[in-house]
Amino acid sequence: MAGVAASFDARSSTAGKFEANPATRDSPWVKFVVIGLGLTYFAVFLLLPLIAVFTEAFRKGAETYFQALVEPDALSAIRLTLLAAALSVPLNLVFGVAAAWAIAKFQFPGKNLLITFIDLPFSVSPVVAGLIYVLVFGLQGWFGPWLHEHDIKIIFAVPGIVLATIFVTFPFIARELIPLMQAQGRDEEEAAISLGASGLQTFWRVTIPNVKWALLYGVILCNARAMGEFGAVSVVSGHIRGETNTMPLHVEILYNEYQFAAAFAVASLLALLALVTLLLKTYVEWRARHSASEEHA
Amino acid sequence: MSIEVQHINKTFGTFKALNDVSLNFPDGELVALLGPSGCGKTTLLRVIAGLEYADSGRILLDGIDATDKDVRQRRVGFVFQHYALFRHMTVFENIAFGLRVRPRGERPSEKEIRAKVTRLLDLVQLGWVANRFPSQLSGGQRQRIALARALAVEPRVLLLDEPFGALDAKVRKELRRWLRTLHDELHISSIFVTHDQEEALEVSDRIVLVNKGRIEQIGSPREIYDRPATSFAYSFIGAVNEFRGHVEGGYVRVGDEKLHFDGRDFKDGQQVIAFSRPHDTEIVSDDQSEDGVSARINRILGSGSVARVELVANGDAREGRKDFFEVEIPGAELQTLGLSTGQRVKLRGRRLSVFSDQNGNQTS
Amino acid sequence: MARNINKRVLPGFGLSLGFTLVYLSLIVLIPLSAVFFKTAGMTPAEFWAAVASPRVVASYKLTFGASLLAALINAVFGLLLAWGLTRYTFPGRKIVDALIDLPFALPTAVAGIALTAIYAKNGWIGGLLEPYGIQIAFGPPGVLVALTFIGLPFVVRTVQPVLEDLETEFEEAAASLGATRWQAFQRVVFPALFPALLTGFALAFARAVGEYGSVIFIAGNIPMVSEITPLIIITKLEQFDYRGATAVASVMLVISFVLLLIVNGLQAWTARRTGRTV
Repeated sequence: MAGVAASFDARSSTAGKFEANPATRDSPWVKFVVIGLGLTYFAVFLLLPLIAVFTEAFRKGAETYFQALVEPDALSAIRLTLLAAALSVPLNLVFGVAAAWAIAKFQFPGKNLLITFIDLPFSVSPVVAGLIYVLVFGLQGWFGPWLHEHDIKIIFAVPGIVLATIFVTFPFIARELIPLMQAQGRDEEEAAISLGASGLQTFWRVTIPNVKWALLYGVILCNARAMGEFGAVSVVSGHIRGETNTMPLHVEILYNEYQFAAAFAVASLLALLALVTLLLKTYVEWRARHSASEEHA
Repeated sequence: MSIEVQHINKTFGTFKALNDVSLNFPDGELVALLGPSGCGKTTLLRVIAGLEYADSGRILLDGIDATDKDVRQRRVGFVFQHYALFRHMTVFENIAFGLRVRPRGERPSEKEIRAKVTRLLDLVQLGWVANRFPSQLSGGQRQRIALARALAVEPRVLLLDEPFGALDAKVRKELRRWLRTLHDELHISSIFVTHDQEEALEVSDRIVLVNKGRIEQIGSPREIYDRPATSFAYSFIGAVNEFRGHVEGGYVRVGDEKLHFDGRDFKDGQQVIAFSRPHDTEIVSDDQSEDGVSARINRILGSGSVARVELVANGDAREGRKDFFEVEIPGAELQTLGLSTGQRVKLRGRRLSVFSDQNGNQTS
Repeated sequence: MARNINKRVLPGFGLSLGFTLVYLSLIVLIPLSAVFFKTAGMTPAEFWAAVASPRVVASYKLTFGASLLAALINAVFGLLLAWGLTRYTFPGRKIVDALIDLPFALPTAVAGIALTAIYAKNGWIGGLLEPYGIQIAFGPPGVLVALTFIGLPFVVRTVQPVLEDLETEFEEAAASLGATRWQAFQRVVFPALFPALLTGFALAFARAVGEYGSVIFIAGNIPMVSEITPLIIITKLEQFDYRGATAVASVMLVISFVLLLIVNGLQAWTARRTGRTV
């Protein structure tokens, strides 16, 4: 009954197939209570904090707001945040693609263990993530004395911040790509090779177009976390104003100095970043669904 | 239980799934709702079950209006195409489900439930899988469990949506013979939806032929096969050769050739479709014969008692004619006619059925 | 191995796997192992003194207690939200759906100061509760609020896809067998959702245990009362007690690994139960 099935699907995406079906429809008061409770919870825990950021940021007027953003320490924090993201995202992108290629297209022993290891940074507390670099590169760490001798600073300096950021954003892109590429298998790549394409041609023309939305999705999430990371960066930064402060750290300093309006002003930039991230994410999800449904049609 | 369907209409968006459908299902019969994909047969079944509400029209169960009754109150057993067995429950729990969800006062005791489930498992000959999960069963076994689960609540009628659709050919044949036997044992009124004419012809007492949301014909399998009432019925059931043209005296004119028929019911010049079953189609080896439509033999299959000859339209495919024909002739006749591949012949219908072709929207 | 590589149709296996392993080792495995090497250098007594002092134990209780409670709250309301978002149409549904992920996207420090502003005595919600003598910010309830916030998306996002993929057939079958709506939910839908719900719960819990940024602003950080374990690590570091910090970190790491194993197991269970990969 393809015709009827197709119209069922069309309905489900528009008006909700569950509410049209006598067997899955809930009574109106159940719907009312569920939506009511859900939305109250949503408002109290998500919406209010978001609104609060902007209200607090403008509490002392627009002038104070913009002053807080152009102040030299704030600008330096913005620069450092952008730098950390600009280094960590591409590195994790290359890693994500390489790992997904190896895992999805080939068989080798220990694959599941490797996948678990890639997920590890997600389950490590950010504070511990910072700590481990202190243990390796800090003055009392493994390479500390050697680094000190050669006058190379990693901890309480920019390289430490970048390393900590790479660690906490490590799995983002890989974990979007691996399941998708595993599901796609290697038929298309083998077809391309059998038609005479080189390995690189196959990769660029077959593999990448197939995963582009997942890739973009991973990059968006990875970037959001890279710019927003607090705990790990806080441990390795040393909080040197104008030098090793990222935006979230700058927010903390301003807040602890009771400069609330300024703290929320910088925070509002980060909140905007979060909103843009969600917007892009929703768009990418929509596009990915769209192209998937085209493939099925 | 008798089921009466009166003037049912159902639309999905702009798609008219059921168009003023009225029907009577007599008590105790096994009825097939047969039709092509998207014809509305599953929708009709779901409307009868109460899983879908019609836009207008009435459903009477045992003479009582059930149109506004909830699916839970209709007491119909529904068997889903993909079985819909509860994955987290064992086979036993699945079958017992309908009994366990009854209100406390009506719920049978645990002992009664056990006895009943065991009886049903024996009925579907699967007593030994009681403690397995659905994922551990084959498709055919799952379908039988789904049937047992539906029977557990002692439904007044059994509704089956493409019950064999998801099974492979061999299991499908076995299971449909089994369903027929089961029905003969239980005599519960049953309706099953299928798009497979062979299945409908073999299993059912009665066939309801559905097309584009309307009923084309109702009748016993024999009637439907031997006396199709409409051009759709003719082309949907069984293999058939099809000739299009217009009426001219005692002939159907197809291109510049003609087929003889008894044309009393038709006016000259009327557009028609003529049908002829493969075993009612004749091959005339003389391609100069005045009566008949020319064709070329493409393949000759089978050398036993009946041979099948496949033909293609002669030369350029002319307007208003199907390009392929199929003829069944006794093996002996094949010898007499001395037919060979590539030979040009003419085709004639021994029993030509002619239908007027007003809108020309022949479904093929 | 060389023989095998030659037999592969697709190129790049050695290069991609090699790079993956080197990068993984340099960024993740070797630095993480530092925690255990450093801990191994401690005497048992020293280790025990660092990880079992009253102040640290109090922080475990708070961290795990509040995380557990927050994950439970999120399990209940997350299920409710997931149900509402997949089963009902209502105005603004798409916006709510998109904003559910806010805690993933909003930097934790921002969440921390925003929640503090709302739940402090003079805040929008704190102000409402103050007359009743209920104080949320700068105490353990504040920790709970922050951990609830950051764990909110996990349950919704694990339950939602399962709920979307659940064929209506199962509820139709239940209804045709006479089950009421509640019975169908309780006996058919909920068991199908349960593994995903548990996975979401475990993810929210695991995230909450390690959380730092959003908590420290709202917690008040009073030793023995509202000090979370990650903050203990930071405090010890600031006092140059590297061994103590590392010892506590090793305890947290072991717990994280155990949680990771549990989550993996749960996801495998979900996949088996629902036939989908998570």
